[in-house]
Formats: sequence, structure tokens, C-alpha cells
Amino acid sequence: MPTTSPAAEPVAGAAGPSAPGGPPGADAPRPDRDVAGLGRARALGFVAPALLVIAVFLVFPAVWTIYLGLLDYSLTGAGAQAPTFVGLGNYLDALSDPGFTRSLWLTLLYVGGSAVVGQNVLGFLLAWYLRGARRVVRPVLTVLVLLAWILPGSVVAFLWQALLDRRAGTLNTLLGTADQAWVLDHPMWVIVVFNVWRGTAFSMLLYTAALSSVPRSHLEVARMSGASGWQQLRDVVLPTVRRHVLTNTLLITLWTFNDFSPYLLTGGGPNGASEILPVYIYREAIIGGHLGYGSAISLLLLLANLVIAVFYLRVLRGRKDES
Amino acid sequence: MNPAVRHVLGRVGAYVVVCLLVVFFALPLLWLVLTPFTPNPTYRASLSGFTLDNFAALVDNPQVWPSIRNSLVLAGGSALLVIALAALAAYALSRVRVPGRDQLLYALLLLSSIVTGTAAMVPIFLMLFQLGLIDRQLGVVLVLTGGLLPAAVFMLKDFVDGVPRSYEESARVFGARPNQVLRHVVLPVIRPGMATVGVWALVQVWGNFLVPYVLLANPSKQPAAVVMYTFYDAGGQPDFALISTFALVYSVPVVVLYLVVNRRYGFAFQGGIKG
Amino acid sequence: MATVELTDLVKQYPNGVRGVDGVDLAIADGEFFALLGPSGCGKTTLLRTLAGLEAATEGSIRIGERDVTALEPGERDVAMVFQDYALFPHMTVTENIAYPLRIQKVARGERDERARETADPLSLGALLERRPAQLSGGQQQRVALARAIACHPQVFLFDEPLSNLDARLRLEARTFLKQLQRRLGVTTVFVTHDQAEALAMSDRMAVMEAGRIRQVGTPREVFQRPASLFVANFIGATPMNLLEGTVSGDRVELGGGTSVDLPQAYRGVADGERVVWGVRPEYVAAAAEGSAADDVLVGEVAAVENLGVTVLVSVDTGSVQVRAVLPEDAEPAVGDRLRLTPQTARVLLYRADEDGGLVEP
Repeated sequence: MPTTSPAAEPVAGAAGPSAPGGPPGADAPRPDRDVAGLGRARALGFVAPALLVIAVFLVFPAVWTIYLGLLDYSLTGAGAQAPTFVGLGNYLDALSDPGFTRSLWLTLLYVGGSAVVGQNVLGFLLAWYLRGARRVVRPVLTVLVLLAWILPGSVVAFLWQALLDRRAGTLNTLLGTADQAWVLDHPMWVIVVFNVWRGTAFSMLLYTAALSSVPRSHLEVARMSGASGWQQLRDVVLPTVRRHVLTNTLLITLWTFNDFSPYLLTGGGPNGASEILPVYIYREAIIGGHLGYGSAISLLLLLANLVIAVFYLRVLRGRKDES
Repeated sequence: MNPAVRHVLGRVGAYVVVCLLVVFFALPLLWLVLTPFTPNPTYRASLSGFTLDNFAALVDNPQVWPSIRNSLVLAGGSALLVIALAALAAYALSRVRVPGRDQLLYALLLLSSIVTGTAAMVPIFLMLFQLGLIDRQLGVVLVLTGGLLPAAVFMLKDFVDGVPRSYEESARVFGARPNQVLRHVVLPVIRPGMATVGVWALVQVWGNFLVPYVLLANPSKQPAAVVMYTFYDAGGQPDFALISTFALVYSVPVVVLYLVVNRRYGFAFQGGIKG
Repeated sequence: MATVELTDLVKQYPNGVRGVDGVDLAIADGEFFALLGPSGCGKTTLLRTLAGLEAATEGSIRIGERDVTALEPGERDVAMVFQDYALFPHMTVTENIAYPLRIQKVARGERDERARETADPLSLGALLERRPAQLSGGQQQRVALARAIACHPQVFLFDEPLSNLDARLRLEARTFLKQLQRRLGVTTVFVTHDQAEALAMSDRMAVMEAGRIRQVGTPREVFQRPASLFVANFIGATPMNLLEGTVSGDRVELGGGTSVDLPQAYRGVADGERVVWGVRPEYVAAAAEGSAADDVLVGEVAAVENLGVTVLVSVDTGSVQVRAVLPEDAEPAVGDRLRLTPQTARVLLYRADEDGGLVEP
């Protein structure tokens, strides 16, 4: 173009009235300036109490777990008087204890079945369905799912005992399966279904928020291109909410790993058939008094959690770089 | 197949699935709603007549009110502590540059979702034992506060980040000193966020079973979540009149609180963890 | 009331970026002064440094007789209206307006009274008990103004005061603000990225780029004689014609055989000098039939844009494109041949170098 001037192109917004809320650009205040004039010392003073409580009651116990796991430490017997250093003994004991390996396997089943698959999928489907649901269905279903989530754990456990009771349970009454002892015959199924019922609300809420962040115009473009509901979901929605799926999966995985509430339902029984790791730790350490051994298992659980978290962050970061 | 027929079948299928879901989520709740009002309650969820007699059991039992009071003390104490500490930390972290701030927050958040649970129960038990805080409500409050704080700071910081800095700047230009800025402007403006986080903490502690169960041995100090499991008669049978009414009374506050907060402020945690 | 004097002012961020890079500026008592520039030019940083919200790295700021460079924002006796107004959402209109007085420890009764007195002339009298969320954008802006007025400062600072209003309201608010400032007579510095706003409201204005001031002057001076190509590009509702060429005798060769008269005032410019020939489209008219061919640009109409009472016409001469603003009754059709003639007295020459400074005749 021979007609352009030697100066830079006219700056956007230079001519005519510009849009409201003009572009902030580099003029915008940097986000973390000390706007109240707090000063670094006072800011530190503000953060210190929280950090102190977190350090003492959260970080320190986690670190102490490592040390305790190396000791032969128990509430009763010789280990109570003078705990001795046993190195990796507790870990070797754990690996050779069929109770532990079974518990580990049950935990994986529990987490995979109730959280990664159960809550995740049901939560997403609920969020997807409720977007377009009728005026009556939506609040009813939402409130029911939320109630399952916010009621105190003790109450919920009792409600499920009533639901599954052998003689008078609602489920047996409803299905006509008199004298079916669900808790004894299918303990793992019981706690998996229970946890799906209990925890789906979180996934539903998170996915509802995620789905609302999918731009309406993207869906409309897909619809106008003739995409079916499933194709819209696959091509437009899932790519947008992928990060939410990862976040949700991580959180519910970690929470379910450390979930103690099945204890209130099955007590880990019958004969340890539903003894997931948190229950196993509780029985060994608090009831059995084998504190060193319990700590060692706790550390294994922590490590498993850490591995999951790191894996998740890796995937998340990888996805971030892609986009 | 005819598209119209397929459409109708699809609709019917969807309704069946929704009805099943409603039944699935509602069924366990039936007992909670019906049993307290039925004469001679058992595990059976049915309403054969209507009575308020069961609530007499609640009034007569000497453990009920102390346990509710204990729950209030634990939940209220933890919530207040969490709000106070989290608000201070969240504000400072949001407004003053601290190197490595985000990494620290994420690490703590992960740690808290890992450590609160059985995993750290042993060292926590031992530590409180050493500190002389076993069987004391203060110990439970501190442990629960430590577990809730990272998420609380995270949520509140998210909220404070969304508050325009021009509020504080404006007050400063008019001559307000830092503590005046905090008192007149910051505190009132972030109050909704503090309320949400406070209620969240309250609900978490109100329903927590494990921590008080492990750390409090004396029944007179135990909260409702734990005491509920002691309502059995001499023969080991649950006292249904007592348990059903107690469960209802104990559940109502969290449900009400949750609904109030949800209506007023929306579900805050959504914003905090959008990943 | 006071003058504002900035001497050699620098604001450097920790990362080395200079938001304000050596600004010297003197603003007269009672003046309505605009800081204009594209986003990122440092105008807001300059205003915030003036307010004390940013600490100056070098240089000094004087307000009236006082050197305020090291003073806290609250000690400078200035009032600021923020772009988002920063009305405290938990306070009523009265409480918002009275807030500066509350800080000054004025008793409640008196400060409510003074808030009312300030609010009434701004037609806020009926809204005193409302909260900011219950007000329209225009009302919020007036409350923010009232709050600034209530503390009787020596200087008002406005950060993009009109940018949060919609287009229609913005024009009304422009007039209103100008009258208000005239009535109060308080020295006022305001920041805007909208050249029309700066031209319309200010007594004098400074055009900024990359942390530096490129030109200071009255709106008329800046509009008629932009001091550099940057300013020339930035000012004006329609983009200025800026065509590169070479001086040749008393003509400027624009290339492709097109040339225009070298205005009388520039006759001293050396032969062969590379220059940028500039004239605003508003100063280009359709040439009368049969006028001398000397200073006529002939070409084909490439685009016609309706500006209401006028039309902006782009004419392709074959080698260059020239824009002209023509009266509505002279609207040509695309493809028409058109003869354009610039008002020679309005033509400016710039140096064709990086600075693009005005060639002084």
C-alpha cells in the first residue's frame, strides 16, 4: 500500500467515541499492590496466625507421621514404655500382612467405583440434565442431592442402616426381599452405593458451574452445524470443561481415599470385607494401639495421595500447555 | 424408526431415569422425615399415625442438650477461629506481594485434603496427648481449624481478589489510615465472603464424627455426632424414639444454614476451585 | 485552589518499566486539564502518582506552595474520582458523600448536613438513603463527584470519569462536568483515552505516549497543530491525511506523479527533503469545476462513510488515498471521479523520521 503514513497505524480507539469501560491495558493497577498501605510487616502479622495453626495442627502431624512410622510404638506393652527404632520394619510388616493388602485393594475398588466413576459420572449427568430440566424437577432433584451431601455423617449413616435393615429396612420392604442382609452379603456394594449417594452433590455443583462457563454461542454453532446432543457434548462441552473434570476427579479421589464414614455403616466388616484403609488404620492404631504401625500405613496413604495429586497436576499442566 | 416415536420414547426413558434418581436420593431420607412422628418407631420408615410423643424422649434424655451444646461450642468456636484467621491471611495474601504465595496455597490445600482424615489421626492424637489437649474441646477446635484453614483462606482470597482495589485507594485518598481502611471499608465489603466461609466451616464441624470421636473420651464433652451412637438400650437395641427425633433436631440447623447462605451468596466453593 | 507543578517526575516499577518517564508539567490554578493517550501510555500512572497511590521514583510534585512528593495520599488535599467510582457498597449515598468528613472527624450531624448541601445541586437529594447498587450509572457518577466535592480539596483528580457511562449519557455528562468544574473553580486533572472527550472538556491538555508527554496545549492548538505524527494520528474524530513525499521546488511529490503545493510558510525547506504532508480531512474540500489544476488531487471515490451531517470520502488518486469530509448535500457515489483541494494554510509538514516532529517553517 503506497498510501500508508510513515508513522505507526492510527492507534485503536484514537478516533471517535470509544466503548465504555475503556481498555485497561498497562494503565491498570497491578493486582497485588498494597492498596491499603498495610506494609510488609503488618501483612506478615496478618498471615502468621493462620500459618501457625496450619503448621502445628496440619503440617507437623503429617511430618511426624514419617517419624512415627519408623518406630515400634504402641499404646500398650513394651512399645509404650520405650519405643524402639525399627526402620522399615513396619512397612515390611504391612506388605506381608494380608489384611493390609486386602485393605489396599478394597480401597482402590471403593475409590474407583464410588468416586472416579460413580460420583463423577452421575454428577456430570445430573448437571447436564438439570440445565434444561423442567421447573418442578430441577429444584426437587437438586434439593434431594444436596440434602444427601449436607446432612451430618452420623445421621446419614443411621438413615442407611434403616434403609438396609434386615427385618424392617425400607429397601427390603420395597423390593419384597425379606430377610436380605445387604450389609453382610454385599458390604462393598453397600459402601460404594452409599458414597455415590452421599457425595455426588459436589460433582454436580462443580459441573453445573463448569457447564455454565461453556459459551452459549459455541453450542449454537454446533447445533446449527447439525450436531446431535451427543456430538455437542463430545465436541464442544467436554473440551471446555476438561480442566474441571480433572479438578473434580482429583478432589473427590483424595476425599474418598480418606473417607471414614463407611465405618459407621459396616464397621469394616463382616470380617474385614469392607475394611478400607482409613478403617484399617483406625482399627490398628487407635483400637489396637499399634501407633507406629498405624503411622506407617498412614504414610503409605499420604504417599498414595501425593502421587495422585502430582499426577493430576502433571496432566493439568500438560493440558494447559496444549491450549 | 419414526422420529416422532423415537422422540416420545426418548422422553419416556428420560422420565423413568429421573424418577429412579429421585427415588434413589429420596429413599434414605424418608426415615428421617417420617420416623420422628410415628408411634413406636423402628427401622421401618412408615407413618402409622402421627404423634409428637417421641420428642418427649428427647426432652427427658440428660445427654441430648449437652451434646447439642457441645456441637455448638465446637462448630461455633472453629467457625469463628477459621473466619478470623482466614480473613486476615486472605486479605494480606491478596493485597501484598508475597513470593511463592500461590504455590504455598496450593500445597496447603492439597495437604489439607490429604491430612484431614484418618491418615494423620495417630500423630494428632499423640501430639494432643503431649500438649495435654486430649479430651478437651479446645484441642478439637484447633485440630479442625487447622484442617479447614487452607481451604478457607483459598476461598476467601478468591473473594478478596474480586473486590476492586479502588475501594481502599479511594478511602486512602480521603485520608483514611490503614486501620481505618480496614475497619470502614475492607471488613464490611468482604463480610459476605466471611459469612459464606463461616457457615461452610460451621457445617463441616457440625457433622464431623471422627475427630471428636478420637480426641474426646469423656461423654459429657462429646458433640451430637458422637453421642448419637450411644443411644442404645441395655439389650444393644437402638432407642428409635430418641435417635429419630435427635437426628432430625440435629440435622435441621445445617440444612437451614446451608439454604440461607446458598440463597444469599450462592455456592462460594464453586468459584474457589475452578481449576 | 492551587497550581500543580510536576518536575522531572519518574515512576519506575520494580521490573524496570517506567510508567512515567521524566514528566515536566505546570497546571494553572483553576484549570481543567486533560491527560490524553492510548492505553498503556502512563496517563493513569501519572494521575495515581499525583494522588500518592504510587510513590514517585524521581522528581517532585508541588500542589500550591507545598511539596507533596513524599506525603501520604490523604495528606495531599486532593480528591479522586475513580473509573469504577469506588462507591462503598455497604454505605448509603449520604454516608458515601460524608465519608471524607468522617475521616476528618466532623460530627455526624454536621457531616450529614454538608453531604445534603453537596448532593442537592447534583440532583441527588432524593437518593440520599439509597445504596450504590440501587443507582444508575449516571447517578453513581454524580455521587462519586459529590464525595470528591464534599471534602473541598485543592485539586480534583478524575480517572476516566466518563468511560463507565453509555454513549448518550457520556455526552450529557461531558457538558455537566465542564459546567460543574467552571462553577467550583477547582484545579482539575482528568485522564482519558478518548481524544474527543479531552478536546471537548479541557482548558489545556497533555498528550502522552510511552510515559512521556508529547504535546501540551489548548485543545485548539493540539487539534490544529499536532506537534508530531503520533499526536496527529491520535487526535481528531477522522484519521488525518498523512502522506509521505519529497520536497521538490514549491511542490511536494507524493509519488506516482501526484504532487501538491508546498505551502507558502514552508518554502524554506530544502529541496529533496523527505517529509510527511499532512492535512485533516475536515480541511479538504471538493474543488470547484474549472479551478486551477495546481492544487487539486483527482481520483476515484473508493468509500463513502456517513457521519451524520457530513460524509467522510476516501478518494484513490492511483498512487495515494486522500480522505475528505464533505457536506451531506455534496455526497458522491463510489466510483465517481472527484477533485479535492486542501486548504493550504492548514497543511502541516512533518519530518519523515522516527520522531516525526513538526517541521518548523
